[in-house]
Amino acid sequence: MTQPIRVLLAKVGLDGHDRGVKVVARTLRDAGMDVIYSGLHRTPEEVVTAAIQEDVDVLGVSLLSGVQLTVFPKIFELLASKGADDMIVVAGGVMPDEDVVEIKKMGVREVLLQDTPPDEIVQTLTRLVTERGER
Amino acid sequence: MSRYVPSSELVERAARGEVPAIGRLISRAEAGMPEARGALATIYRRAGRAHVIGLTGVPGSGKSTLVAALTARLRTQGLKVGIVAVDPSSPYSGGAILGDRIRMSDLVNDPGVYIRSMATRGAMGGLARATLDAVDILDLGGFDTIIIETVGVGQDEVEIAKASHTTVVVSAPGLGDEIQAIKAGMLEIADIHVVSKCDRSDANRTLVDIKQMLTLGAATSAKPEWQTPVVGVSSYTGEGFDALTRAIDRHRDVAFGTASGSRRQLAIARFRLEKTAGNLLVERFAKAAATRAPALAERLRRRDADPYSLANELLAASFERGSAHERDHHRPPHFAEDHW
Repeated sequence: MTQPIRVLLAKVGLDGHDRGVKVVARTLRDAGMDVIYSGLHRTPEEVVTAAIQEDVDVLGVSLLSGVQLTVFPKIFELLASKGADDMIVVAGGVMPDEDVVEIKKMGVREVLLQDTPPDEIVQTLTRLVTERGER
Repeated sequence: MSRYVPSSELVERAARGEVPAIGRLISRAEAGMPEARGALATIYRRAGRAHVIGLTGVPGSGKSTLVAALTARLRTQGLKVGIVAVDPSSPYSGGAILGDRIRMSDLVNDPGVYIRSMATRGAMGGLARATLDAVDILDLGGFDTIIIETVGVGQDEVEIAKASHTTVVVSAPGLGDEIQAIKAGMLEIADIHVVSKCDRSDANRTLVDIKQMLTLGAATSAKPEWQTPVVGVSSYTGEGFDALTRAIDRHRDVAFGTASGSRRQLAIARFRLEKTAGNLLVERFAKAAATRAPALAERLRRRDADPYSLANELLAASFERGSAHERDHHRPPHFAEDHW
């Protein structure tokens, strides 16, 4: 029996641009996923707590404010300290190519930038959750 | 938890209040994983301490915001609060956007509060299929009060009242006259009526309407030990929450300390039993229908037999042991081994 993939989409920090994340939320919903949206201006602590309480398969962080190199180390530190190191973390939004390399080294599994077609987002998340297997 | 942790181990961790274990167990209950069934049985037997509050009302009446404000009050009494917030799945894609959490964002940093969003996944009546399992898991996890927020429901989705010790019905001003309130269900199921958004000028009218409708039925009330209060609140100004928490405290005493409370607990158990059995029946029927319905439908089309006889044949097939479907899946043909 296949379960809907659960995703938390989060906006972190002072970034107020949420049109993109709402489009992604709608896209994932239409692909049959359960999507929880954090709302704007969350801290990494709030996002990680919510992701663990909701036990999501995927934590998607949308960033258009350039703080990725500050936010992701914090998120991974919190996930590890709270015993949730099996969570799949992906990033979306707008950021320089060199930052994409950096955050992938930190543990971000995929970075889906602003020109990613909706189908590809769905396929990427589905693939990542399938690869992880049952938990 | 990078490896697969057996559910039985998660039970012990959840009982110590470990949040990742609680979260994972709820996911497994939602998935209906056979591996988790024994663990859920253990949990059910060990739970039963928490006060379960059901909160329901029409979409946009302010349920989530009210849950947040109420939870903040309950926290000042030192109570740990678990919240299960149900939102609808899309009938088209099966997916869902679960947005109740956004209204509760002030509570996220409080370790005494656990919030879980849940999609209905086609379940009717305002609850999801695993909602009550989630309540048991939170109960085991040490949460004193558990609030179930239903999907925004209209007029006859009253399951929540059969599953909670205290049912709170939220009405908002400006959504209809007193006839809306008297139509069916929502007026009767409330142990406490709340009128939200009382900072609005037309809230008084709604308060009066509900109070009047309640007096019409007073002579036939099924709750002799309880006078249903109507409380106006504003989550915006904080007005009315003292009265609401007092009403909830008083109703908890009724629910746990009186004869009518005991009857209610028996009714809750019976609802749970019948609901679970109903799910099992539907499950078995769906399996039988998948394999047998095409041939039966063909006989029906040819008018070899009548709909009632063939329907009975299909029902009988639902209870056959070792049916073709089960053999295909290499599963032992025992009723108890089926998915619930």
